[in-house]
Order: sequence, then structure tokens, then C-alpha cells
Amino acid sequence: MSEYDIIGESVPRTHTRDKATGAAQYTDDIRLPGMLHGRILRSPYAHARILNIDTSKAKALPGVKCVITGYDLPDVQFGNWRLFPDTQDEYALARDKVRFIGDEVAAVAAINKDVAEEALKLIDVEYEELPASFDIDTSLSEDGPVLHELYKNNISVVRKVSHGDLDKAFEECEYIREDIFDVHAISACYLEPCSSLAKCDDDGKITLWTSTQTPYIVQCLLAAALGMRENDVRVIKPHVGGGFGAKMELRTWDVCAAFMAIKTGKPVKFTLTREEEFATGRRRHPMKLFSKVGCKKDGTLIAKDLRILLDGGAYNAMGPTATFLCGNFGLMLYKYKSYRFLGQHIYTNKPPASAIRGFGSPQSYLATETQMNMIAEDLGIDPIELRRMNAVQEGDEVPELSTIGSCAFSECLDKVIEVSGFNEKRKNPVKGRGIGIGCYSFISGGVFNWFNTQYPFSAVDIKAYEDGTVHLLTMAADIGQGSDTVLPQILAEELGLKMSDIRITSADTAITPQADLGSWGSRVTLMAGNAVIDAASKLKEILFGAVTAHFNFNVIHELACKDGRIFSTGRPDKGLSFGDAVALAQKFHRGVPIVVRGSYTPRGKGLVTPAFSFGAQVAEVEVDEQTGKVEVKKMWTAHDCGTVLNHVSVEGQLEGSIQMGLGYALSEQFNMEDGKTLNKTFLDYKMPSALDMPASDSICIETYENEGPYGAKEAGEGLVGPTAPAIADAVYNATGYRCMDLPITPEKVLKNIKK
Amino acid sequence: MKHLITLNVNGDDYTVACESSRTLNEVLREDLGLTGTKLGCGDGDCGACTVMVDGDSVSSCLTLAVACEGRKITTVEGLAKSGEELHPIQDAFIEKGAIQCGFCTAGMEMSALNLLKKNTSPTEEEIRTAISGNLCRCTGYYKIVEAIDSAAEKMRENK
Repeated sequence: MSEYDIIGESVPRTHTRDKATGAAQYTDDIRLPGMLHGRILRSPYAHARILNIDTSKAKALPGVKCVITGYDLPDVQFGNWRLFPDTQDEYALARDKVRFIGDEVAAVAAINKDVAEEALKLIDVEYEELPASFDIDTSLSEDGPVLHELYKNNISVVRKVSHGDLDKAFEECEYIREDIFDVHAISACYLEPCSSLAKCDDDGKITLWTSTQTPYIVQCLLAAALGMRENDVRVIKPHVGGGFGAKMELRTWDVCAAFMAIKTGKPVKFTLTREEEFATGRRRHPMKLFSKVGCKKDGTLIAKDLRILLDGGAYNAMGPTATFLCGNFGLMLYKYKSYRFLGQHIYTNKPPASAIRGFGSPQSYLATETQMNMIAEDLGIDPIELRRMNAVQEGDEVPELSTIGSCAFSECLDKVIEVSGFNEKRKNPVKGRGIGIGCYSFISGGVFNWFNTQYPFSAVDIKAYEDGTVHLLTMAADIGQGSDTVLPQILAEELGLKMSDIRITSADTAITPQADLGSWGSRVTLMAGNAVIDAASKLKEILFGAVTAHFNFNVIHELACKDGRIFSTGRPDKGLSFGDAVALAQKFHRGVPIVVRGSYTPRGKGLVTPAFSFGAQVAEVEVDEQTGKVEVKKMWTAHDCGTVLNHVSVEGQLEGSIQMGLGYALSEQFNMEDGKTLNKTFLDYKMPSALDMPASDSICIETYENEGPYGAKEAGEGLVGPTAPAIADAVYNATGYRCMDLPITPEKVLKNIKK
Repeated sequence: MKHLITLNVNGDDYTVACESSRTLNEVLREDLGLTGTKLGCGDGDCGACTVMVDGDSVSSCLTLAVACEGRKITTVEGLAKSGEELHPIQDAFIEKGAIQCGFCTAGMEMSALNLLKKNTSPTEEEIRTAISGNLCRCTGYYKIVEAIDSAAEKMRENK
């Protein structure tokens, strides 16, 4: 039996009843009296100078209340990497130049969407078209167009990692291979298009409801963009219909809604169309990866030299983090005597790439894992054995970056091989069928303070009441991943309460404590979870004192919270109900309500993350040699996510990750021509449907992560990494075609299949 | 030109004046305030806006409101028997963990309802086919399929 009451239980998600009945409110569901509807005018050119914008006809259209251009807004550029202001390269609305087809040029607020749409057509913009670059080679060429004056070579971020003597290490190698991988962009495909609604209060302060993963970041950057003080802006995150990384920045519509609400005195709402999402939305970074790796004949890895060019699109967005991370992922799974990484983030005249689930890892692991499979084949070593012999272990140092805590990578390998029948299937090939493997390691939140927050990375307040209930307040943002469930679950365990005893208020910057950096990088369970434990321990200190005094316990008595009671562990019969203990403590404070605050900031945790998760995935495919179509028959996954706090939630994350990884491997891509997106609907952008999903088996190898709450760490994000390499390996196993440039389309399979 | 139309939504008659071009989705969400029905794409591709019209599921974003004059419409708000007693499909979605962000949920539930009205014992393949027009990015569909299967069982037992 588990030592815990509620940790590890699949308690139903908070809010699911509202979501099941349609009562849950998302941003676009909110309507305020007198609300105006906003629309954005976008650039038809990939790169052009704006010579003039005439909004007079639009302004004259009946029903139009406000039309703005870049020069109406304060001259403030924003971006998430606040610690490095030179990376903040984006205006809400273009001022002098547009840099991609869809770049935001002007905004209209009108009494309804139709009038706003009509008004967009009446805005005359005079452009002078400039040469554009649609690929990194053009951007890097001597005569390539310059997108941002500050970066004449179009390289906006450079990241280097190195340890050991690389040249010497390669000299030691008995086998060296160099490969180039080319990976593409995909859409986050959250079902809820971006939406924001702003209201200006009578004191001039702003309330913004927005579909975001990062209320605190939006609050700070919006205040800066409007020239206001941080706390003159209140950001509320309603229910969010998925984000997957692509909703973690201040966006144009947030700024326009707030600015126009001030100008008009009326609430203003913007909701994007799906066409806007596909044609202009944030996407996964396309990357070109040059990977040179060397080892001994027995497979012992010695050296790796990885250079990655990131196609960032027109602005940095979360590109600096991507550049940082893909280099870290390059050395996270295996040990190398020497490793060198050079990442360069390059501007092109395309919609900006940004954060998407797995962030930098699917690209990196395609290269790492494919090369591992190639090395194994070339050297005649079993691919699993090759991994096992080089696998990182608990306590290993990731040179210059971090130390690995809990790690069950090798166990994951063993388990996934066993349950998938990998070895037997490799030994007994069936024509048209193949089986392949991919692995990953992932982070549990980042430790690098690129946002330059002045607050803890995560913070919570707990108010305790004499009726036995508590109120948990946190800025952590539940965007469907379940933090509004797992945080109360941790608190319930800490205090010995039931889920129904806990009220949670989250992600309202005016009410919940400063601050939380948001939902990204799989940071919330670990960081906000630790903040909950910190606050709970402070609360227990108060309550235990009250109970000790009440019973006149010897000070050496240990106390515990369980089943709604606080009692001495030595004399369990002596105790008070949780509510009575709160009442007593409150009396000691002469009525002052009991409120405690907890926080977590990773300190002394290296440069990457406080905790690493691991996993291995096997894919079995069937390839139709007539059509080139790849059908994934089954996926097996074994992963180490520390302690599983909520099994159904973890399974849900893992299963969703398979869908995203499958789309990335096989079907999803943007078809672009001269910077223009051609597939702008779900019909043309092939995100997997229920009919495309393979059967799936998964196993959690539970470890205890010392840095995580109750031993927990990342789950389900990193798993988007191994799926493509596993499928690509299975396709190779079935056909002899080794795909180095995703997605694995039927065309590529047919062209490359070995007859 | 505006038309005065009466729609029967979840058993109640609503009279609204609307342009010919106005979709059922807009009328439900904006005129009637029934925002449980979502709009995910506006192209009829994602299924988030699925509602029942005269017993068949339709994409409310592609259905003109004027074409629904006098017809019986069921939205997610009309699924539960009461505030206290949910529809077996809703119960199953909650129990099986089929809801994460929740944005596809209303459409998924309506497609499930459409299926289970016509086929009380669907196979897994039939369930997958029935929701193949409903996209979800969170769940990989696994728990949604499980939920529909479980709801079917409950609904058969309740008969």
C-alpha cells in the first residue's frame, strides 16, 4: 500500500465538470457590455518598407471606433528575453518595416466583427517591397537581405557549449560519422485560437483576459509596451484551450486590445481565425543540424561536435531559448569525453518560430538517435547495447551544465525492449514491417532567468480557515495540463485534507502571489509543487505549535496531518481537527487570519534544469511499398518521470505527446511558397485524427527525484522527442530508407525505398 | 437582410433576428450566450463546434442559422439532465480522464451522442470513425475513445 493518501491517486481533474457541460469559460466566451471587436491588418509582403498608412477611410466607416498603427503605440519593442534587451525585437504593430507575410500592420476596433473586417479593407498601406529571404542559406549569404539593422548578418543569437579537448577526442576515435539533418516547422495546433479581451477601469488601469500560458510575463511586458506600471495591468487567464508552448509571449492582440480599450473606453476583444493561426502563428523551429560524432570500435562514445542553424523566422520570439536548449539536448542522453555545440539563430522572412512542446529536443533527438542507430549498424553492435553502454546514470555530471539526479534511462531501455518484442521482431523480419527505437531526456523546468524576474520562479499563498478548508493561490497557469489539479493534490497530501477541502485560485496577477513564470518547459509540477510544499510546511509549523500548546505535548513530539486531523504521532488519540487547529492558531494571533506563503527558485542547480526525466520509445510500422504510406501500428513507451503524482494525468500527457510526435514524424508540415503559407486549414494541414493513432502501451518506471515534490519530475513533454526518430528507424528497418529530413512523406519513401 | 427566426435549442424556443449569412455557431454563442459550443476553425474541419440538429450532428460553423428555423437543436448545454445529473457521456469523459484543455470536449461529446444514438454497441473502429472529424491536440484520443466506449456500456445498462 502506498504511504500516501492522495499522491499517486488518479483524482479527477479540477474543472472537468465545467468542461464537460460547456460551462467552462475561455477568453472568447467572455462578452462584456459595450464590447468592441478587434481585427488585425497584416502584411501581404514578406519584406517591405512601410512608406505610408492611410487609415482615414477606415476611421470614417460607421461602426468603427478605433484604428491604430505602429506609430500610435509607444515606441517599445518587446520579447521574452528581458535579461538581454537586444533580443527584444518585436513591435506590436510594425513601424518602419514588415518582415513576414502576416506581420501585423494596423488594428481596428468596431462594433462587430463584420464592420471591423470591412474596415481593414479600407486601410491603404503603401509598401516598398524589399528582397526577402525564405531560407537560412539566403539569410547567411553575403548579399542576403538584412531583416533587423542590429544584426547585419541575420544571426540574432549565438550559443556555444564546449567541454574537453575536441580535436584530441576525435583523434582517439576509431569510428567517426558526420551527418546533416533537416527538420521542419509544425503548428502547435492548440484547438483554441488565440484570444484576448481588455477592459480599462475608471482609474485607467487595465484588466486583460487572455489565452496565455504565462500571465506574469504578459503582465510585465504589456505594462512595458504601454508605458504603464506592472501592477496597473491585471492579467487573468481564463480556461485555455491548449498552448503547447506557443502561447507564452505577449502578443500583438494583447497590446492592441489594451491600448484600444484605453482609447475607446470600451472593452475590446480580439480572437484570431484558424487561418491566421496557420498562416502567421508561432511554430516549431525548422533546423539544420550538422552532427559529427565519434566513438571506439566497441561503441564507446568519445566526441560530438554539433552545429545547429535555427530558422527563426522574422523575430526572435522564444528563439533564444530554443538555441540554448537544442545544444543542451545534444548531450543529455549519453556521455561524451568532449562535446562542442554551436547554435545560431537566424532571421528569415517567415512567421516567427517559437516554443512548442519538447522545445528544441525533437530536432536534437532526431539527429542523436538516428546517428546512434547508424553507428550501431555500421559497427555491428546491438542498438540497445550501444545505448546502454553510453547511457548517463544517476549522479553523472553533464559537464559545465548540470548534475543528473534520479535516472532510470537504462531501465527504460530494458523495459521497452522487453514489452515491444524488439529483439525478436528484429530477428524475424516481416516484409513491409519494421521496428525502431528512439530515446530522450528532458528538463523539469529551466533554471536560467532569461525573463529577469524579480520574484521567485514559483510562489503560492495558502489561507487556512477554521471550517477546515484552505485556499490555495498560485499564478501557475493550467492550460489543460492539469496544474489546478496536481497542486491542490500535493497540498491535500501535505495537510491531510481532501481535494474538496481545497479551493484553488490560479493565474490572476492581481490576486495570486508574485509570481510564477508560467507553464512551459515542464516546470510547473516541480517548481509550483515545491512552492506548495514550502507553504504547507510553514502552515504546519503554525498549526503544530498550536496543537502542541493545546495538549501541552512535550516539545519532542512529532505531529502529523492526516484525515483532516492534526495529532501527535506518538499519541494519535491526542489531536485536533484541522479546522480546530486553525481556529486555535488564529486565536493565538488574536483573530488575524492564517496566511502563509511558499516559494521555489532553483539555486545552485547548474545551467539547465533541477531534474532530468528519461524514456525510450519503440515504434512498429507497416510501409505500403506501392504508395509509400507509413502506418504506425503500435508505440511502446517506457519513461522515468520520477514519482507519478496522478496516473491518469501522466498517461494523458504521454498519449497526447504521441499524437504530436506522430504528426511531426509523418504528416504535419507547412507548405510554403515565397514566404506564403499554402495550407491554412486543418483539412490541408494534416494533424493526426483518431483514425491515425496507433495502439499504444506505456510503462512508468518510477524513481524518486530528490529535487521534485514527492519525487516527481517532468512527464509527457519530452516524449514528443523520441517518436520521430523511433518511427524513422522503423521505416529504415522496413524499407532501407533512412530519413534525415522530416516529415517522412509517402513521396520521400517511394523515392528512396530500396527496391 | 435580417430574418426573424425561431430556433428550438435544448427544448426552448428562442426568436432571434439575424442576417442570412449568420452561422448557427454565431447565433448560439453570441446571441443566445451558449458558449459551450466552441469555434476552433470555422471551416468545418476540427469539430469543436459540433451540435445536433434534428438528431444529426452538424458543424455549427458551416450551418446557417436561418436554415435551422423550426428545427430542434441540441448543444452541450442541453446534454445533462440537470445541474446535478450529467449525461452518461459527460460522466464517462470525466471519469476516464478524456478532458484536458477541454476545448474539443463539447464537440467530441456531441459526436459521441450522434454515434450512440444510432449505434448502441460501437466497435473501437466505429468510435474512432465517429470522432474522426473532431480534432484534439491534448489526449491522443485514447481516453476519449475509452470514454465513449464506457458511455455506450452505461447507456445500454440504463435502457
